[in-house]
Amino acid sequence: MSRRPVIIAVWLLILALCIGNVFRTRFTADLSAFLPRSPTEEQALLVDLLRDGMVSRLLLVGVRGGTAAERAAVSNAMTSAMHVDPRFLSVTNGASGHSEADRAWVFGNRYLLSPAVDPEHFTDAGLYQAISHTLDLLASSAGLMVKPLLARDPTAETLAVLDSFTGGSQPARHDGVWASADGERALLIATTRAPGSDTDGQEAAIQAVRDAFGEARATHGSPEMQVLMTGPGVFAVDARETIRSEIKRLSLIGSALIITLLLLIYRSFAALALGLAPVVTGALAGILAVSLAFGEVHGITLGFGITLIGEAIDYAIYYFVQGAARAHDAFWRTIRLGVITSLCGFGALLLSGFPGLAQLGTYSMAGLLAAVLTTRFVLPALTPEGFRARDVAPLGRWLSRPVLALTRLRWPALALAVAAAALLWQQREHLWHHQLSALSPIPVEAQQLDALLRADLGAPDTRFLVVTTGASAEDALEQAEALAPTLTTLQTAGQIAAFDSPARLLPSLHTQQARRDALPPPEELRRRLEQATETLPLKAARLEGFISDVTTAREGPLLAPSSLEGTGIGLGLEAMLIRQGDHWRALLPLSSPRGSEGLKDLDAERIGQAVADASVPQTVFIDLARESQRMYATYLREAWTAALAGVAAIVVVLLATLRSLGRVLRLVLPLTAAVLVITALVVLSGERLTLLHLVGMLLVGAVGSNYALFFVTADPADGLPEPETLASLLIANLTTLCGFGVLALSSVPVMHAIGVIVGPGAILALGFSAMFASRPRHVAGRS
Amino acid sequence: MIRRLLLLPALALCTLAAAAEPWTLDTLMQRLADRAGGRVNFIERKYIAILDEPVVSTGQMSFTPPGRLERQTVTPKPETMVLDGDRLSIRREGRELDLRLRDYPEAAAFIDSIRGTLAGDRQALERRFLLSLGGDATAWWLDLLPRDGKLAELVLRIHIEGQGGHIRSVEILQGDGDRSVMTLEPADAAQPPA
Repeated sequence: MSRRPVIIAVWLLILALCIGNVFRTRFTADLSAFLPRSPTEEQALLVDLLRDGMVSRLLLVGVRGGTAAERAAVSNAMTSAMHVDPRFLSVTNGASGHSEADRAWVFGNRYLLSPAVDPEHFTDAGLYQAISHTLDLLASSAGLMVKPLLARDPTAETLAVLDSFTGGSQPARHDGVWASADGERALLIATTRAPGSDTDGQEAAIQAVRDAFGEARATHGSPEMQVLMTGPGVFAVDARETIRSEIKRLSLIGSALIITLLLLIYRSFAALALGLAPVVTGALAGILAVSLAFGEVHGITLGFGITLIGEAIDYAIYYFVQGAARAHDAFWRTIRLGVITSLCGFGALLLSGFPGLAQLGTYSMAGLLAAVLTTRFVLPALTPEGFRARDVAPLGRWLSRPVLALTRLRWPALALAVAAAALLWQQREHLWHHQLSALSPIPVEAQQLDALLRADLGAPDTRFLVVTTGASAEDALEQAEALAPTLTTLQTAGQIAAFDSPARLLPSLHTQQARRDALPPPEELRRRLEQATETLPLKAARLEGFISDVTTAREGPLLAPSSLEGTGIGLGLEAMLIRQGDHWRALLPLSSPRGSEGLKDLDAERIGQAVADASVPQTVFIDLARESQRMYATYLREAWTAALAGVAAIVVVLLATLRSLGRVLRLVLPLTAAVLVITALVVLSGERLTLLHLVGMLLVGAVGSNYALFFVTADPADGLPEPETLASLLIANLTTLCGFGVLALSSVPVMHAIGVIVGPGAILALGFSAMFASRPRHVAGRS
Repeated sequence: MIRRLLLLPALALCTLAAAAEPWTLDTLMQRLADRAGGRVNFIERKYIAILDEPVVSTGQMSFTPPGRLERQTVTPKPETMVLDGDRLSIRREGRELDLRLRDYPEAAAFIDSIRGTLAGDRQALERRFLLSLGGDATAWWLDLLPRDGKLAELVLRIHIEGQGGHIRSVEILQGDGDRSVMTLEPADAAQPPA
C-alpha cells in the first residue's frame, strides 16, 4: 500500500486541473450546436442565417399599457436612447424623422438609382412622356408630394425610386409611431450589433432595451406600462436561462434522490462520500475533454452530467457491494466488458455531424473512463483499512425469489416485445418528428408572442429566398440584377406576390454606369427639353435646376456600399447583401401570393426551375422551412447510422470476449426488448420521437449491457448471480432511474427525450436481463 | 379680412331685411346639413406658379354623412380616394395606399374643413378655422381662416361659394401662393336617382 499516497496525490492533481479548467470553460446554450458541421451549400446558408445573419439580430419590441400618447412618448424616448447605444446597429419606431435623411439621399442620387433612367428616357419623346406623367401626378392626390420637387425633378425620378424601395406594407401609425393594428401596442424594431449566436451579446442588448424602457417609462409613461420582446436573440437567451435553471433544479433533485437512496442502503456517510468520488471525477473529466475538443461546452452536455451520475455511481456500487464477495479478477473482467460496450455506444455519437451530439459522446466517454479508473485505482486507495460497506446479501437473497419468478415471464415478455415491435412498425410513418424546432426549448407562449409582434409589424416572411453568391459585392449585385427579369415574370404570372433585391437599393456599378451614360450633356438636354415641353404648361426655361442636377449626376461618382452608411436604406441593404469571408451573397426574399384564404404557399418546384433556367451562376432558390426539415432528416439518418454502428461494435466486442453466440444473444435480446417496449410506450403516450429519443435508446443499451453482463457471466453452476450482485444491480438500477427519471420532467425537449426513454428503459433492461440473460437452475434443468 | 368680419353683421341685417329668414351661419349650416349626401361632378384646377396653365382634373364626388367622402377622379388619370372616419385610402394605377388621418394632422385639418362644410358641422369647422359668411341665401360665400399657425403654412384661406344648401366652388389658397379651385355641380340631374 506504499503506492497509496502517490495514487491519491495524482488523483487530486488531476481533479485540481479539471476544476481549474471549469473556470476557463465557456458554456453556451444556443441551439446552433445542434446544427450540422458539414452541411450542403443551402444548409450552410441556413446555418449562417440562423446564426449570424440579419434575421438573427432582429429584436421586435412592443410597449403596452398606458395611453396612446404615453406609448408614443416612451417609444420615441427608447428610440433616441437606443440610437446612441453601441449595442444596436439600428432602431426604428416609424417616427418620420429618420426617413427624411433617406429621402434626401434618394433625391441626391436619383439619376443613379431610378430604374426609369435609360437613353430612351432622355430623348425628346421620353422627356415629354415623363413630364406629362408628372403633371398628371400633380393633378392627383400625390400632387402635394410632387410639387416641391417639380422644378428640379420634373421626370419624378425620386418617386420612382421610393416606389421601387417600398417592399411590404408598413405598420399602422398612432401618434406618429408604429403601433399594432388595434392600437394597443407601440412597436419598435432594433438590430443588435451582436450576432444571434452570441448569446451574451444578445442578453446585453435585451437588457439595454429593458433599461431604455425603464427610463422612458419613468419620465414619459405610467407604471402599468410593460415592454414585450421577441426575436431569435430573445429565444436564445431564454433557452439558455431555461436550460440553466432546469439543470440546476434537476441536478439537485436527482442528486438528492440518489444520495438519499445510497444513505438508506449504505447507512454510512463515508461510503457515500467514497461512492461519489468516481462521479465527481467523471463529470469533471468530461467537461475537460469537451472543452479541449470543442473549445466550449454546451449547456445540454452539462445537463447530461446528471445522467452520468446514474452511470458512474454504478461502478462504485458494484465495487463496494460485489468487490469483496466476488473473485477479484472475475469482477473486474465483467466491469471492463461493461465499460467497453458502453464506450462503443457513446462512441457512436462521435460520428454524428451534430456538434451537440458529438459533445455528448465525448463527455460520456471521458466521464465514464475517468469514473471507472477512479473506481479501479483510487477507490481502493481511498478506502480506509478494514472499511466494509454494509452487507446487502440479505437483500440479494430476498431478491432471488422475485427474479426466479421473473424468468417464468419470459414468453409473455417476448410477446410484449414482439407486440411493441409490431406497433412501431405499423406506426413507422408517424413515429418521427420532422421539424428541427422539435429540439427547440422555446415555450408555446413565447412562440405566440413572436407571431403576434411579427404580425403587428408585418415583419418580413423570410421563408423563401433566392440567393446568389459572387466574388465581390459588384458580382453579387450584377447577378441579382440578372435575376430580376425571371422574378418579374413569376410575379406577373402570379407565382409570387413580390420580390425584393439589394440591387434596388444599390444598383451594380455596371448599371449605375449605364444610367450615368444615358444622361445627356447640359446643352443637349436644354435643347431636347425645349422640344419636349413645347406643348406642355411646364416650360424648359423654368427647369434650369433640373439641367444642373443632371449635369452634377453626369460628373459625380458612382455609389458603393459605403455610400449608404448611416441611412435606413443602408440597413436594408446590409440585410440583403452580406459579406461572408471572401465572397458576397445577395439575398432576394420572395413573398407568397395572397389567395382567397390568406397566404398561399409558393410552388417551390416551379420557382426553383425558373431560377435554375435563368442560369445565373452560383444561384439557389431556398425554402428555409423545407431546408431545415431536410437538414433534420439528414441528422436523423446520420444518428441512425451511428446508432447501428454502435450496436454492431458492441456485438463484435461481446462476441470476441464471450466467445459464445448463445451468450451474446442472451445479452442482446433483453436489451433489444427493453428498447422496443419503452419506445412503444413513449409512442403510445402520444409523443413523437426525435433524434434525442434515439440517443436515449443507445443509452439504454449502454447502461443495460452492464446488467445483462452480470447475469450472463454469473457462475453457470449456480445459475443466478450472487445475492450481492443482485442487490448491487437493483441499487444501481434505482440510481439510474433517479438520475434519468428527473430529466423526463424537464421542459427542455432534448433533456426530456433522453430522460423519458432511459429512466423507465433501464428498469425494463434490468427486468428483461433477469428473464433472458440468467439461467436459473430449474430452467436450465428443464431444457 | 377684418373689414369683412365687420361687414358681416351689416350683411346679415341686409339679408334679414331681404328674406323672410335671416341668413346666418347657423342657417347656412342647417341648409348644408339638410342637403348633405348625394353626388356632384367636380372640375379642379390647380394654379401652380411654375406652370403656364393650371392642371385640371375632373370626376365625381359623393358625401355620405356623417364622415364618408369619396372622390373619383376620371381625368387625367383615374384615381379613387375614400375618406371614411379616420381612414384615408387612395387607389391609383393598380396600387392602394391606406393612411390614418390622425398621422397627418395638417392634411386632417384641411380635409376636416371640406367634410365639416359638407356636413354643416359648425362646431367642427370652428375648432380649426375662423369663419366669416357673406352674401345671401341665393349667393353666399364662406371664408375659412386657419387658427393654427402650422396649418396656415399649408393653407392660407379657404373660400367657399354656394347657393342655398349647394356648394358651388371651393377655392384653396396655399401657403406657397399657389391655389386650386374646385367647381361643383350636382350630378343628380344627369343621372337617375340611385
